[in-house]
Amino acid sequence: MIRVEGLRAGQGGFVLRAAFDVPQGRRVAVAGPSGAGKSTLLGVLGGYTRVFAGKILINGVDVTEAAPDARGIAMLFQDGNLFPHLSVAQNVGLGVRPSLRLSRTEMARVAQALERVGLADLAARKPGALSGGQQSRAALARVLLQSAPVLLLDEPFAALGPALRAEMLALTAEVVAESGATMMMVTHAPGEVAEMVDDLIFVDAGEVAPPAPAGDALANPPPALRAYLGG
Amino acid sequence: MARRAQPISTWPGIIAAVCIVVVVLAAFVAIGFRVEDTTGLRVAEWQAVRFTLVQAFFSALISVVLAVPVARALARRRMPGHALLVTLLGAPFILPVIVAVLGLLAIFGRNGWLNMALGAVGLPEVAIYGAHGVVLAHVFFNMPLATRLILQGWQAIPAEQFRLVAQLGLRSGTVFRTLEWPMLRQVVPGAFALIFVICLTSFAVALTLGGGPKATTIELAIYQAFRFDFDLGRAAVLSLLQLAVAGGAALLALSFLPPMVVQRGQDRVPQRWDARGWGLRALDAAWITFAAGFLLLPLASVVIAGLGGLLDMPPVVWRSAWTSIWVAALSTCLLVTIALPLTAWLAQSRKGGMEGVTPLGLAASPLMLGTGWFILIFPFVNPASLALPITASVNALMALPFAVRILLPPMRQVLTDYGRLSAGLGLRGWPFWRIVLLPRLRPALGFAAGLAAALSVGDLGVVALFADPDVATLPLQMYRLLGSYRTDAAAGAALLLLALALAMFWLCDTWGRRRDPG
Repeated sequence: MIRVEGLRAGQGGFVLRAAFDVPQGRRVAVAGPSGAGKSTLLGVLGGYTRVFAGKILINGVDVTEAAPDARGIAMLFQDGNLFPHLSVAQNVGLGVRPSLRLSRTEMARVAQALERVGLADLAARKPGALSGGQQSRAALARVLLQSAPVLLLDEPFAALGPALRAEMLALTAEVVAESGATMMMVTHAPGEVAEMVDDLIFVDAGEVAPPAPAGDALANPPPALRAYLGG
Repeated sequence: MARRAQPISTWPGIIAAVCIVVVVLAAFVAIGFRVEDTTGLRVAEWQAVRFTLVQAFFSALISVVLAVPVARALARRRMPGHALLVTLLGAPFILPVIVAVLGLLAIFGRNGWLNMALGAVGLPEVAIYGAHGVVLAHVFFNMPLATRLILQGWQAIPAEQFRLVAQLGLRSGTVFRTLEWPMLRQVVPGAFALIFVICLTSFAVALTLGGGPKATTIELAIYQAFRFDFDLGRAAVLSLLQLAVAGGAALLALSFLPPMVVQRGQDRVPQRWDARGWGLRALDAAWITFAAGFLLLPLASVVIAGLGGLLDMPPVVWRSAWTSIWVAALSTCLLVTIALPLTAWLAQSRKGGMEGVTPLGLAASPLMLGTGWFILIFPFVNPASLALPITASVNALMALPFAVRILLPPMRQVLTDYGRLSAGLGLRGWPFWRIVLLPRLRPALGFAAGLAAALSVGDLGVVALFADPDVATLPLQMYRLLGSYRTDAAAGAALLLLALALAMFWLCDTWGRRRDPG
């Protein structure tokens, strides 16, 4: 589970305040206007942004000061999730071992993960030779192997077309369901992900509202969320 | 307190920086101790200071004045060989000085092509030795540099503005006043200052073409105090003068020194609708022909004369070629070992203020460093026995500012683009270097190593200070052949040296570009 206590964080004059809990295995959408602090929130949880005050606990462990890779978090960004000079298999293999010196068993796990996302034939390709959807699949395969208890998604599918995005979200939902991970995903279209999330966190002007059941929030939004959704 | 993701530790870079500072400071201290031994400044020293400043001034002035029309022609014309010529403008950077001098002698020397032509029509011959020879050689090396800098300025004028010019039907004169003159006013002083500073520490050109009270640079005077009089005290005084003159000029000019153009030339000609008259076309063609001839004829003469001389070369030339190869290899390895951690440190430092200091490296004088180190080691070992390692080290130090300039932007880019992703995956330290940084940096690294290797293989500087008759790099050997009037053998050695410098650059650069980094 994720626990955020009295958090104040930010950069360049922007301050984000948050205090909330996300129970183990919950899937949470993070919505809000541009510049409200959605990406900053994920950046803080991931260990990329300064924390001024407060605490972040993952499964009961205080990770406020921990390095990004020592928090039990796997994260996908809007772009740049793959190294363009490494093959797909190498990119995915980084999820097993950052030195890339893989044993035979570990290589088999990489192959299995690629199989799972439907990229078995493209393991030797470079990301540049892949379509946008295939690149997303490769990143998801790596997430599978990282087997972190928490998965953070900062709009990794934003550049894809609607049909492809729906397909990727479905695949993500499967991956999350299989691993039992706690997931938070930033979205600009809460309606699109309503089916696959339990809760919704609304971020507005640096204030993070605690998670509310997504169905209720979207059916009967509070005023600020209603203004954002436009209806 | 969370952090900006810092995937590489900075202490190796700090250690590298400290080593450099210690090496340079040790030379200063040694020089300082020796200065007392001498009795004030003599006329000769002041003459050297004055000539150093005067020749640098005229070299910079003429280079810039010639570069403006050439850059203007290149900026508004596109013709066959355009890209090649722009690339060629970068060539003097890796051209061994002594090879260029030999080429210039073949054109402008007593029996050169120019004097033969002048003699044929009954005109008096021009002499290349002396002050104007020094300036001529400096213009040969720096006019292309000035042209590239100014050409960049032209290319930085947005193409939309030239479209507007065409729409309004402005004449070439108006275009010059409204668009080109403001740009030149910004770019030209920087180009002038850069060339002025570079020419202040000129040694090999002064050694081969200058000399005598009227054409001795400070750098050459250091060498003469050493080799002819073995007066370490005077060499130390001259070294301090060199430091004051070159360092002072670099500091004064620091704010407007442009970054040294070491990147590959970009060949980009926006469509232009002005300057259409045949008179302007002819003018531009004349300037381009002049620049190409000025650059290519000396090189062509080196190749032609060299082919004839290859068979006349004594075996010692091959031996010194081999020496040069391993000195350059050692120097390049050393450079890479220092430059990579140093750049990694600079790339991760918040302000990057240190990189502003890199132009100061241009003012560093190899002979000053050499003098200091000679004074330091001379009581303990025979300096000649360390001539080659010291040459390799000094060469690496001289190439360092360029290497940092080349490596820093892509290094920053890698950290910006992949720092977050790498941190999230736990890629740091050596795996980060191996898996992310080095593969992404490979083209820049190959280019920097190529420059360093070519600079080192063609360098005629510290080695002249230290070497005894048994030891020589190829440029030094070539200088000795010239000194003993074995012109054919020297021409052969020049061709060999030219081939070596180009081959070493090409080898490293091709290695860097061999695999597409994706």
